[in-house]
Amino acid sequence: MTTDTELRKQIRDIIAPFKGRQIVLIPALQAVQEKLGYLPQEAMEEIGALAGVSTNTVYGVATFYAQFRTTPAGKRRVAVCRGTACHVRGSERILEAVERALRLKVGETTSDREYSLETVACIGACALAPTMRINEDTHGKITTKAVEELFPRKAKQEGTPEK
Amino acid sequence: MAQSNTKHQILICQGSGCESSKSDKITKALVDEVKHSGLSDTVQIKATGCHGFCQQGPIVIIEPDGIFYTGVKIEDAPEVVKSYFVDGKPLERLFYHDPITSKAVPLYKDIQFYSQQHRLILRNCGHINPEEIDDYIATGGYTALKKVISSMEPTQVINEVQRSGLRGRGGAGFPTGKKWEEAYKAKANPKFVVCNADEGDPGAFMDRSILEADPHSVLEGMIIASYAIGSSNGYIYVRAEYPLAVKRFGIAIDQAKKHNLLGNNILGSKFSFDVDVMQGAGAFVCGEGSALMYSIEGKRGMPRVRPPRSVASGLWGLPTSLNNVKTFASVPLIINNGADWYAGIGTEGSKGTAVFALTGKIANSGLVEVPMGTTLRHVVFDIGGGVPGGKHFKAVQTGGPSGGCLPGSALDLPVDFESLSKAGSIMGSGGMVVMDEETCMVDVAHYFLSFCRDESCGKCVPCREGLPLMIDILERITGGKGKPEDISRLLEMSDTVIKGALCGLGTTAPNPILSSIRYFRDEWEAHVNEKRCPALVCKPLINFYILPDKCQGCGICARSCPAEAITGGKRMVHVIDQSKCIKCATCLEKCPPKFSAIKKVSGETVEVPPEPVPIAAGAGTK
Repeated sequence: MTTDTELRKQIRDIIAPFKGRQIVLIPALQAVQEKLGYLPQEAMEEIGALAGVSTNTVYGVATFYAQFRTTPAGKRRVAVCRGTACHVRGSERILEAVERALRLKVGETTSDREYSLETVACIGACALAPTMRINEDTHGKITTKAVEELFPRKAKQEGTPEK
Repeated sequence: MAQSNTKHQILICQGSGCESSKSDKITKALVDEVKHSGLSDTVQIKATGCHGFCQQGPIVIIEPDGIFYTGVKIEDAPEVVKSYFVDGKPLERLFYHDPITSKAVPLYKDIQFYSQQHRLILRNCGHINPEEIDDYIATGGYTALKKVISSMEPTQVINEVQRSGLRGRGGAGFPTGKKWEEAYKAKANPKFVVCNADEGDPGAFMDRSILEADPHSVLEGMIIASYAIGSSNGYIYVRAEYPLAVKRFGIAIDQAKKHNLLGNNILGSKFSFDVDVMQGAGAFVCGEGSALMYSIEGKRGMPRVRPPRSVASGLWGLPTSLNNVKTFASVPLIINNGADWYAGIGTEGSKGTAVFALTGKIANSGLVEVPMGTTLRHVVFDIGGGVPGGKHFKAVQTGGPSGGCLPGSALDLPVDFESLSKAGSIMGSGGMVVMDEETCMVDVAHYFLSFCRDESCGKCVPCREGLPLMIDILERITGGKGKPEDISRLLEMSDTVIKGALCGLGTTAPNPILSSIRYFRDEWEAHVNEKRCPALVCKPLINFYILPDKCQGCGICARSCPAEAITGGKRMVHVIDQSKCIKCATCLEKCPPKFSAIKKVSGETVEVPPEPVPIAAGAGTK
């Protein structure tokens, strides 16, 4: 109960600056997600109250946009770019290599909440294709070898070339 | 070469691309190094936006001589400073090398990628510090705004833009002056100016680079537009995936306000205008005008029936002029140089320049700006340097998921709104992806259609239900189970989706399929009739084999195979169990090049032993 109230208070503090603004809903959702990493049910309720719309409406908006998530993400959010330039330069294979290395499918988070894996439509660094983002850092010209180096702990179980 | 009493500048790119290669740290290292060498009085370090040659990044230019360095690393900083400013010689190992001739090109102006371009919209990109308004002002920035406010009536501004022939750079090419005129004449108030920076086409990053490298040019265009249509409020809708663009545009707004170029009583006049940044939340469909406005209002971004058009009923039902980033960036140039000057560039129906993000299988990947009417061949081969690695050009894709793939026979087409749409593609916002013989056109069609399916808002049945059904057929084809009637059925369904969907997303979603079948039908038929993927891409149609006469039994492939599909032993020819193989191509990558024992095929079988056998004497040697 206490944690619930604390969470609500935290959310209310985050969204307070949007009160009375012309544009409330999406910026408020973005602000909460930036701080908490996801949108708990409480956020939908509080933002609805602030914007003067129902929780359902907020939920409808939040689930329409790819940016929002309703479950917590991993500490390191890995996003493989699936833009066209990345696609023709083999991003599908990169994605598969990441899936194997992290033992995750797209949309999943490791049980220790270390990593979550997602795809992004295009991060606009097409000249460096294929690309991948880990939290705020963009990695360009990714190879399957680079994937192994980025995620060594998990990749190790797979074949290490003999000398 | 370096003169000690001349003021030199070291320009370092801090666009998204170069920043991913730690260009911010390189800047710091250069600053430290200059200070350390006692050169602070003569050498200035300047962080700039994107040069549009991201593939070669991080890029460093020494001005005024125009020495161009590529792929600069943090540890290069001492040498960059010492070589030129102490020893008087540029650092040759960082020169750009022409991908065709392999020759070193030391000077910026001699690099074909740049010298063949005609940069108007990108005029300041890479040359000014985007976070310093004075840099923009020093290049003549905001003089157009001053001219408009001090000596032009709104109708004169609209007339000038109309006469210039400027058409919207977001893709549709609607005449900008006409849009402004309609917004100006609309009776309701207040009115809004909105900048569409929701650059959602995968493979396009023109708008991102402009906002990162020259945000004031866009802001100036927006202020002029608001003066012309009589608006006092504006928004820029930027993708949240572009954090640097958001940050720099925010800085530009603050600086413009401090200079009284934005806000109340701009430059002492009665005209007031304010801009807010709204971040998109990752929905491609919000690039469509009505969806974008719903999104600003805090709703689900679902397009509505038009008319009324947004100039009559846009944001909150009020008159709104929505223009693209590049459209706004063109406006100050037109005001300063005149409509006739602008109308003198380009073709009869398409004036001015086009900016493309040239990517994919291309030697020089980056931002390209050319006059409308330039041929695709000039862009791909003369500027882009053609397809690298000795591979052959197969297609060029323009217009993103709404566009099409054009074959080699279309390379002499002039790039303008009319020609590209006649050929079955579109101009689009400027993505241009080059594909080579290793790109499967059916796979690309599948890629784009899957993209549109995922991004469909779900409002119209033909788009929501039709696209998944079309993907079922496509997956049948790429999965080796294609039926003879599948191609004609896809054409039929495309027609239904085009006729039945409401917005630009749905009505153009089948374009990549239509153009692909139109130009590459033989490739489609190979998939359907022969169960063969000529480009060796579609997994169910390809197989990997280990060639017995080349395998040396080193075991690297077996150890790296994630599916444990390879068996063998020391000095044994290894064998892939086809039933276990997941076709990830790891073995192909890991097999030492001196052996090259892995072969990828489609539609054929390779004779290999069923079980590992001892290596024959002399195998693998020449």
